[in-house]
Amino acid sequence: MSERITNHPVLGPIDMKKEVSFIFNGKIYKGYEGESIAAALLANNIRTLRYHEESGSPRGIYCNIGHCFECRVTVNEKQGQRACLTPLKEGMAIQSSGMLPTPVKEWRETYV
Amino acid sequence: MYDVIIIGAGPAGLSAATTSANEGLNVLVIDEYMKAGGRLLGQLYEEPDGTYWNGIKESNHLYEQARRSGAEIKLRNSVHNIEKSGDVWLVYTERATYETSHLLLATGAAESPLPVPGWTLPGVMSVGAAQVMTNVHRVKPGKRGVIIGVNPLAAVIASELQMAGVEVAALTLPQMNGLNEEAANPKQVMNQLLHVAHMAPSALIRQGSKWMKPSIMQQLGITFYPKSGFKMWGIPVHLRKAVTEILGDEKVAAVKLATVKPNGDVIEGTEEIITCDFVCIAGGLYPLTELAAVAGCPFYLVEELGGYVPLHNERMETALDGLYVAGNITGIEGAKIAIAQGVTAGLTMASNHGVPGLEARIDQSIKEIEHTRDSAPFHFHPDVKKGKQIVQEKWEEMMKAEQPL
Repeated sequence: MSERITNHPVLGPIDMKKEVSFIFNGKIYKGYEGESIAAALLANNIRTLRYHEESGSPRGIYCNIGHCFECRVTVNEKQGQRACLTPLKEGMAIQSSGMLPTPVKEWRETYV
Repeated sequence: MYDVIIIGAGPAGLSAATTSANEGLNVLVIDEYMKAGGRLLGQLYEEPDGTYWNGIKESNHLYEQARRSGAEIKLRNSVHNIEKSGDVWLVYTERATYETSHLLLATGAAESPLPVPGWTLPGVMSVGAAQVMTNVHRVKPGKRGVIIGVNPLAAVIASELQMAGVEVAALTLPQMNGLNEEAANPKQVMNQLLHVAHMAPSALIRQGSKWMKPSIMQQLGITFYPKSGFKMWGIPVHLRKAVTEILGDEKVAAVKLATVKPNGDVIEGTEEIITCDFVCIAGGLYPLTELAAVAGCPFYLVEELGGYVPLHNERMETALDGLYVAGNITGIEGAKIAIAQGVTAGLTMASNHGVPGLEARIDQSIKEIEHTRDSAPFHFHPDVKKGKQIVQEKWEEMMKAEQPL
């Protein structure tokens, strides 16, 4: 279970923020307003943010600052949003994406 | 139309914004992150004088300074292209297209990956990701982690994780493959560590570094390096063990560790399993330069600076009119140096925009960068000064070649 660091020996206590509810893959969770979706999900012990479009393997955050695009999720029906860069808001509906049809794949397996 | 647009609200971008806005220029700063500060945000370490360098506090200070100077700062907006049209630079962002006479790229650095089997599993992240999760978002990246890659950045972040109550089971090498030779070779890693040994609190490495300087001693040092590693901040550091695989079904559950020969080859039959719920990959930093590349800047590969850097002069001007660089895009160094470079860039842009009488201050600010570099407690790349010299030489060569005979 991942936890929040409420008290830090050097940085001090965590800033008090407003608690909000959001939906991830149909389930309701709680997080803090304005924190990144990635942080809110990790605090809820959720590491898998999407399944790879071709292989279907689970993926989570990698760089956490917007460079790698591994954490793409659908936010309020807008696809391809980076969970590490998107601030959480009350009532947000977040969805993982999954495998996409890859008709070209068969060809590749046959000839490579 | 702005006088100045700055891409990147890290230490270099914010200090350049304050400097140029204070000279009366109309300044816009753009950053895609939700907070200003860039990589500085996550930083937290003890200075040689015993005080703490708190990246969040420093970032807030730089941000407030820039705001007070009158600079406009737009966060949560990504730039995807820049282009010159006549005398004007066009900056294409997610929200709008902006125009400016002077464009500063202060995009900072990105982390090099060290691909290891299993590294796409949820729970595997860059060491900087764990740093941001811990210090900025205040969420633990996990309960117990293993850091792959032994270098100054990895060591500093390991201590930060520990400070926040996260257990670091080990710092260790990646198994050598075609992509990571430098980070996986025990001798090369040891060599790199010796340059920062004076920072390590462990008496062993601090004392050891004195006699291990000559290459033959380094070979002995790594050959006789304790198989169980030494401890830094109580964390085992392994230079004779490497992660051969990250294990787990839907997420990280463990790593497989094997003893390696001094040249990095795995010794068969030595595999052991270390349980953990997250893994950090620490491959080091490289300058983030895509926008300079799409603009058409000439580049040069300078290993001493961490990768390809756009050619630029001491005044932070690139070879393209009206395009400037500052901070880690010019080479991997500390935040204090980025701040100093931002001042130079800000003054240069103001001067080029027509503010008179700035020459002496520009010269002074260039000296200040040098001074900051000389007094830095450690360097990510020990030969950074040589790297800076190479860039200067390449710049002069290019200028000479462009002049008609």
